[in-house]
Amino acid sequence: MERRDFLRGLGAIACSAAAHPLMNTVTLASGRGLGDHRLIVVILRGGMDGLDVVQPLQDPDFRALRPGLPAAALPLTGGFALHEGLGGLAPLWQAGELAFVHATSTPYRDKRSHFDGQSLLEAGTGMDVQVGAARDGWLNRMVQAMPGLRAETAYAFGRESMPLLTGAGPTLSWTPEVRLDLSAQGRQLLEHVFHDDPLFREAGGQALRLSEEEVEMGAAAAPASGPLVPGQDRPWRDVDLLADFAATRLRGETRIAAFSLSGWDTHRGQAAALPRALSRLQRLVLRLRHQSGAQVWGRTVLMAMTEFGRTARENGSGGTDHGTAGAMLIAGGAVAGGRVLGRWPGLAEADLYDRRDLMPTSDLRHWAGWAMRGLYGLDRAVLERQVFPGLDLGSDPGLLL
Amino acid sequence: MSDQISIAARRFGYGLPLSEGAATSPGAILAGLDTADDMARIWPVPGMAEVLPILQHAQAGRRERRMTGAPSETYETAVRLSRQVARDAARATIARALDAPCGFRERLVAFWSDHFTVKARNPPEAVLPEAMVTDAIRPHLSGKFADLLIAATLHPAMLVYLDQVASIGPGSPFGRRRKRGLNENLAREVVELHTMGVGAGYGQDDVRQMAELLTGLDATAAEGFVFRPNRAEPGPETVLGRRYDGEGLEPVHAVLRDLAARPETADHLSRKLAVHFVADEPDPALVAAMVQAWRDSDGTLRAVYGAMLHHPAAWGAEMRKARQPFDFIIAACRALGLDGLRLASLPDRPVQRQLIAPMALMGQRWRGPGGPDGWAEDARAWITPQGMAARIGWAMESPQRLIRDLPDPRDLAQRSLGADAGEALLWAVARAETRREGVGLLFSSPAFNRR
Repeated sequence: MERRDFLRGLGAIACSAAAHPLMNTVTLASGRGLGDHRLIVVILRGGMDGLDVVQPLQDPDFRALRPGLPAAALPLTGGFALHEGLGGLAPLWQAGELAFVHATSTPYRDKRSHFDGQSLLEAGTGMDVQVGAARDGWLNRMVQAMPGLRAETAYAFGRESMPLLTGAGPTLSWTPEVRLDLSAQGRQLLEHVFHDDPLFREAGGQALRLSEEEVEMGAAAAPASGPLVPGQDRPWRDVDLLADFAATRLRGETRIAAFSLSGWDTHRGQAAALPRALSRLQRLVLRLRHQSGAQVWGRTVLMAMTEFGRTARENGSGGTDHGTAGAMLIAGGAVAGGRVLGRWPGLAEADLYDRRDLMPTSDLRHWAGWAMRGLYGLDRAVLERQVFPGLDLGSDPGLLL
Repeated sequence: MSDQISIAARRFGYGLPLSEGAATSPGAILAGLDTADDMARIWPVPGMAEVLPILQHAQAGRRERRMTGAPSETYETAVRLSRQVARDAARATIARALDAPCGFRERLVAFWSDHFTVKARNPPEAVLPEAMVTDAIRPHLSGKFADLLIAATLHPAMLVYLDQVASIGPGSPFGRRRKRGLNENLAREVVELHTMGVGAGYGQDDVRQMAELLTGLDATAAEGFVFRPNRAEPGPETVLGRRYDGEGLEPVHAVLRDLAARPETADHLSRKLAVHFVADEPDPALVAAMVQAWRDSDGTLRAVYGAMLHHPAAWGAEMRKARQPFDFIIAACRALGLDGLRLASLPDRPVQRQLIAPMALMGQRWRGPGGPDGWAEDARAWITPQGMAARIGWAMESPQRLIRDLPDPRDLAQRSLGADAGEALLWAVARAETRREGVGLLFSSPAFNRR
């Protein structure tokens, strides 16, 4: 499919959707915004090694493929065990607030490029659409499917751009690191100067608004800076800043949040490199949970997903190379947790994808789709045609409580 | 409306005001590339040969640390030295951009340094990206792309950053003895990012064969670049249907020359240059002219730049690109009259605080793009709420810390934007309560941030 056809197709769906009788429930729901549920998506950039994070210890072929990488010690279910680097999440597992999906992937195959892989992950399209052709991200298209939302509803947090949440739907993005010292007159004149350039009018206007609000909220939030699960967890200042700012928003009007964490591209020395990345992911989850409070966390689903998994075999330098299927982490009080989901394909040579990678047995859009359907009641047709065009949503995996 | 001088300065250089006698016509801008590289001489940055002792120190320090189990003073010294070299290199790079009579050359250096992105992955390596600019990028700016590609691919900074130093032919003597194997990282990026482009006509097999072909390339602290025959995968390899056999570096050079000569490479890089300099969605006729020049000249970069500079579509009056944070800060400093000498007189601290740290806040950490694909081009990637907050914050605060007396904002608007200042901006700047806010308004404005 050519890009133009694809975009025209989406536009047509979006236009007809408003008038479609099936859409009424959604339209009505938008009167109350998205209700009370929160969806947080974390993009893990660089290709997380799902096989190292959720280790299939009882698979007969596993240890032989990875003689140089340390074995996980925290038992999950179904013969899987969790990497020590996520040890701080054990209380969530016990409380049923944590689940994993194994052997899942986007539809991206064979080329194993970070940039294409992330592009497809965030566009939410299949391999039938040219990579890079979709100009909006799937989370933004979900926002578009719920007309009448305010920008405050959906937020991208952090310095990095988030194609996942980019598009025609109203969203905001912010990093809690900037302060502006301006007179009232200065603010007005800036708005005047931005006015005729739409890009600057929007971005500059939001910058002025957010920097003002942040000064007000700055004093209120001054939480503890130590570990949240002693002995298992350590603070990361940048992660904490982000999580605290996000939690303030999530306690307020925000229902959709997007983050990205990098550092997963472990081509060498994985035994040392992966724990660092896991520690940051774990801290983000723990800090969001702590700062958003029991009531908000109880209505939250956080999904952490990556562009691809890594090779089943350890490479020649104590690391792993770009692969295909990997794992997804799902956390939150609204999750029916304590489970490792997905069909396990096995690691015998013939079971591997291309005889080198973990075989994908599910499309990660399936899980994200059911989460959105469960949280916000999105119609199956909207999910299969608009949010994830061409996806067969399949049957309900019962992700949520 | 923009006139030719303003377009030449902003689109192909670091903005107005231009220095006396600066080039503004396509021919003169191009001819500027043929002169000696004065900026590299006046504001030098060490190459690989000069930084090897630092890396040797770091290596000795690591060994000490392993033996004694305690922190090593030798290692800490190496880290300190490396950081100082990197800080000085950042300063030199800024000074070159401030002082360059031909801003186009410095802009090209930035473009190719980004195209061949390398990053430091531990503190002693901070010297490597700077050395690569000195050794590989600056000397090959306007010659054959193939020569630039070979110099960049074989540079120790690249071999380390993209894990080539950890890739061993599994059938080589070293690989068999130590049971070590391939790492595909560099092979993939050379094909995907550096030459043909993502999604061009290559497959996983080509990447794999390319990785086998590149085995043997290595870098050490003792020697810098080395070729190690005992790590090279034996036997011929086939990449994109062509068979490479032979010993030593010869097949590596051959495959890089062939990749440089692919039509996909001409398309990919012509378009990338046009996107960087002219517009996020460049006129197809402009790109076509550059591709034609690439083919007619066997990939001579000067000819491709020439096709761009001589094409009418490159001189459209509408400024559609957003200045990247580095370019934004340089343009503002030039407008304020800051030059290399004044910069050299500043201590490290204000340089870090007023120039280097703010770039990171605007989304462009010094030598720190997210991955090997470098910085984004799209204006929307830079002009975001947080990006704008950081630009406004800098515009309001930093100028007064960089020069003693702030100029009249109205004069500054004329000097830095010429006819592009526009009435609305001049109206607003004249109404600011203070010089500080007037200057801040000017530097925050769309007119100043676009090029």
